Amino acid sequence: MENLVLQALSGLASASSLFLVASGLTVIFGVSRIVNFAHGSFYMLGAYLAWTFVTTLPRGHLGFWGGVLAAALLVGLIGVVVEVLLLRRIYRAPELFQLLATFGVVLIVQDLALLTWGAQDLLGPRAPGLRGGTEIFGMRFPDYELFLIGVGPVVLGLLVLLFRYTRWGTLVRAATQDREMVGALGVNQRMLFTSVFFLGAFLAGLGGALQLPRESVNLHMDLAIIAEAFVVVVVGGLGSLTGAALAALLIGELHAFGILVLPKITLVLVFLVMAVVLVVRPHGLMGKATGPAHGGAGGAEPVIGPAPRPLVHLGIAALVAALVLPPFAGDYALSVLTEIAIFILFAASLHLIMGPGGMASFGHAAYFGLGAYGAALAAKWLAAPMELGLAIAPFAAGLFGLIFGWFCVRLSGVYSAMLTLAFAQIAWSVTFQWVEVTGGDNGILGVWPEPWAAPKLVYYYLTLALCLGATLLLRRIIHAPFGYALRAQRDSALRAEAIGIDAFRIRWLAFALAAVMAGIAGGLFAYAKGSVFPTFLGIPRSVDALLMVLLGGVQTLSGPIIGALAFTGLQEQLVRITDLWRLILGLVIVALVLFFPQGLAGAARARWEARRGDA
Amino acid sequence: MATLEVDKLRKSFGGVQAVRDVSFAVAPGEMLALIGPNGAGKSTCFNMLNGQLRPDAGWVRLNGQDITGLAPRKVWRMGVGRTFQITATFGSMTVLENVQMALLSHRRRLGQLWTPVARADRAPAEALLARLDMADQAARPCGILAYGDLKRVELAIALANDPKLLLMDEPTAGMAPQERVGLMALTASIARERGIAVLFTEHDMDVVFGHADRILVLDRGALIAEGPPAEVRADPRVREVYLGAGFSGGHPGSRDPVRGSVARPKSVQGGH
Amino acid sequence: MLRISGLAAHYGRAHILDDVALEVGPGEVVVLLGRNGAGKSTTMKAIMGLVPPSAGSIRFLGREIAGREPFEIARLGLGYVPEERRIFSELTVMENLEVGRRSAPPGMAPWTPERLFALFPSLGGMRDRPGGRMSGGEQQMLTIARTLMGNPRLVLLDEPSEGLAPVVVERMAEAIGVLKAEGLSILLSEQNLHFARAVSDRATIIEKGRIRWSGTIPDLMAAEEVREQYLSV
Repeated sequence: MENLVLQALSGLASASSLFLVASGLTVIFGVSRIVNFAHGSFYMLGAYLAWTFVTTLPRGHLGFWGGVLAAALLVGLIGVVVEVLLLRRIYRAPELFQLLATFGVVLIVQDLALLTWGAQDLLGPRAPGLRGGTEIFGMRFPDYELFLIGVGPVVLGLLVLLFRYTRWGTLVRAATQDREMVGALGVNQRMLFTSVFFLGAFLAGLGGALQLPRESVNLHMDLAIIAEAFVVVVVGGLGSLTGAALAALLIGELHAFGILVLPKITLVLVFLVMAVVLVVRPHGLMGKATGPAHGGAGGAEPVIGPAPRPLVHLGIAALVAALVLPPFAGDYALSVLTEIAIFILFAASLHLIMGPGGMASFGHAAYFGLGAYGAALAAKWLAAPMELGLAIAPFAAGLFGLIFGWFCVRLSGVYSAMLTLAFAQIAWSVTFQWVEVTGGDNGILGVWPEPWAAPKLVYYYLTLALCLGATLLLRRIIHAPFGYALRAQRDSALRAEAIGIDAFRIRWLAFALAAVMAGIAGGLFAYAKGSVFPTFLGIPRSVDALLMVLLGGVQTLSGPIIGALAFTGLQEQLVRITDLWRLILGLVIVALVLFFPQGLAGAARARWEARRGDA
Repeated sequence: MATLEVDKLRKSFGGVQAVRDVSFAVAPGEMLALIGPNGAGKSTCFNMLNGQLRPDAGWVRLNGQDITGLAPRKVWRMGVGRTFQITATFGSMTVLENVQMALLSHRRRLGQLWTPVARADRAPAEALLARLDMADQAARPCGILAYGDLKRVELAIALANDPKLLLMDEPTAGMAPQERVGLMALTASIARERGIAVLFTEHDMDVVFGHADRILVLDRGALIAEGPPAEVRADPRVREVYLGAGFSGGHPGSRDPVRGSVARPKSVQGGH
Repeated sequence: MLRISGLAAHYGRAHILDDVALEVGPGEVVVLLGRNGAGKSTTMKAIMGLVPPSAGSIRFLGREIAGREPFEIARLGLGYVPEERRIFSELTVMENLEVGRRSAPPGMAPWTPERLFALFPSLGGMRDRPGGRMSGGEQQMLTIARTLMGNPRLVLLDEPSEGLAPVVVERMAEAIGVLKAEGLSILLSEQNLHFARAVSDRATIIEKGRIRWSGTIPDLMAAEEVREQYLSV
């Protein structure tokens, strides 16, 4: 009993920090309609900066609390810099590009933090005045945790007052609905947005800084907290502060008690609760259906027509090269080519749901990784041959695609994107934490092809045949009635429903189909590498896929192919020449979003059409 | 027998009765207009017929079959076509493909993964477009079409499943006066030739008095008048809550309060 | 007061406005007539800075405003009432008014909620009602009231009668009459000729993004062939 009370209290303390981060995320989203991936980075920076301030300032109350506050304020300013330099320029860009740009910031911050603070975990001092504990039911509970429990409600109260009863709050709520109209009424929206960003980043920084006495500061804090914050925001309802508070409470307690029940896989418990909430209330505990914000982008999507002749010629030339040249290539080149073929299918599968489907996925690597793990687990535990493993891969991925997709496709836009990310994170944590079965961080080794397929050249041709076939099948499907129905529900949900199209079923099947295709790619990847690791399902790999699709352009069928080629090439080179590849990749992403919002293939298409139009 | 029968339909939102005990019927080939002030319950009423809202009480019957509370896509399968106040078409497809989608859905062929759409149901879609004078626009993307043409595409889509009932929500909103007459005359002639019952809401009194066979007037959720145009126009209650003494919409015979002159009765020349 | 010349705007490669010229004098009500898609709303948006003009000059109170931000233009004393109303549906009537509030220029009696409720009595009875739970006519009044809270010198009214019941349109016309009597300048866009002639001094006809005709209301009523050609009434 006593134990349970303490456990509940410690859950409340985690809920407080989680709320600080999630509330900032929600506030920023409300006004800018940007899901700020870099919010986790703000949190991490808050913790690192607080460590620096607190350890350099003189010890004592002023040194500690002043350091924490200074860190939070500085993070707020960093938020302002990010808003002014980057986000302000892309408020009209499609929302996925915004997400991607903020992910670019995540990568940049990771490398900068590594350069500044090094790779080792940092431990901060305990808070002065709160070092002791309080007797509760005869057990000592840390005072600092009690303090944190108080912080959450106080911040919630202040935020509610701020939004309800100040002119600034009224303007922010108005801008949340229609930012263009607020501007037309004489309000300087830029200042408004910047101030909101400051507040959001400040809250995240504060959340991070307050962690200092609780846990060590490290480079994984950003992605760990962002996934949880997404879950909180989705469960609570996007844009609702009280919803975020409730959900933070729920998730915080689940973690605390989950450790007692299912210590290995607490995240599975979180998943189950999230699933229940979303079945009962699709827009979260306190959320409402949100329409698109006024003044955003969203012109008509281009008509998909037959490929222009030059592109067909180029494609045939590339195909001939892919068939004829490899026998003359070395082992390294063959590995790279095999990977490229795999990533083309991976990107094409994501493109199906993003382009024609109009859905966003930030967790597509889950299905790639589940395919890989399906094959690897079959090899490890059933001693399955490669042929069977390759057949199991799409089944495993497709099965989870059906389960996860059932939830994801009910929601739309960023909401659904956050959910895909949360599911991917859960899949990742299972492979990471369930060491007995998956080998945890060490992965599963010895997943080799059968002798007949072992030579790199043979395996390359096998991969090429499967990936090419699957990609062409996807293309065919996009031109068939099913693909058109998918586009129909994207173009106009209202009209689709009015002509008898069951949008949910179409989206669900497309999601599962994309998972199956990603599973094939994942299975092939497992045998190409001879091993599988949790990183196969990690957020960075999901972002890779997203980058490939967006790099190529969402609204062109050739986009994912070109994107996969460009991305794989770029990354290979980066990793070879520099340790700071995250920093450079992040900068490339940011530059890309700023200068090529239509992607490479999209830009080429626009240029080609403009030339043809003038002729 | 009437195509559509509505019996004592009722709906409240948060304690406020939006629609109270509304009953009416539409016969095959008949054009029935539903009018009333903003907030009178027209949209609520409409949305209960097309399946977007579930009524609290009452019945909706289509050719004697109960369709109360069915989802919109099931209502469509029963033979109810719809056009929207703000056009809803598939912007990334051509006009022809838009119509093909409706036909393919009607024949339950949208699950197909192999045969390209380019080869599916072309001829009937082309025939339908020709009937609506849209044949020359067939290959253009819907995203770049003029507004009046989009309204015609909507009508073509709505007609694709051979509907028995057509629900049109403000069919001429946002169109030029000339186009309004053309669209409504076309709708009326198709409705008569195919025996389709048409129920429409409308704010343009020229359209209402020029093209409706019968008019229903809704105020604060209840029907306050029902009858042929001349009767409804003369009804003092309708004048009080809706038509006013005024000039707007320029309905026939109205006095212009500003200049005191009598406006030209346009619906007479455009109409019956 | 407002003088526009050579105004052009593009959407992609398509011209949507071409060489538009217009003038609104102090205390004057000018109506921009034209069919749907003729360029009325775009002209209004271009004046307000919501659509970037690609050429031409827009002078307001002697200052060039073409190419400036919407909020700067609004602060100079230009009010905008959009066609779609765009009420903040989650905000109450009072909060909607608060968003529009700006201090009045010197020498002008500022609009207050009380004065606005006198102009639109039905709004006064629903101060704490969220905008989303009002009827179309009430929303139209609120959107005008919200803009007036900024104490503008000139108001752009984009199709205020669109989609309203005839009785409500009459009330709207009365309100515009009151505003005109207060000395406010108004640029109105309309398709409803009956409404337009009841409230306006002058008319300008726009068609396919170009100005086709300008003159007084009596001139327009006399010029039957102009009405036939451009307004099809």
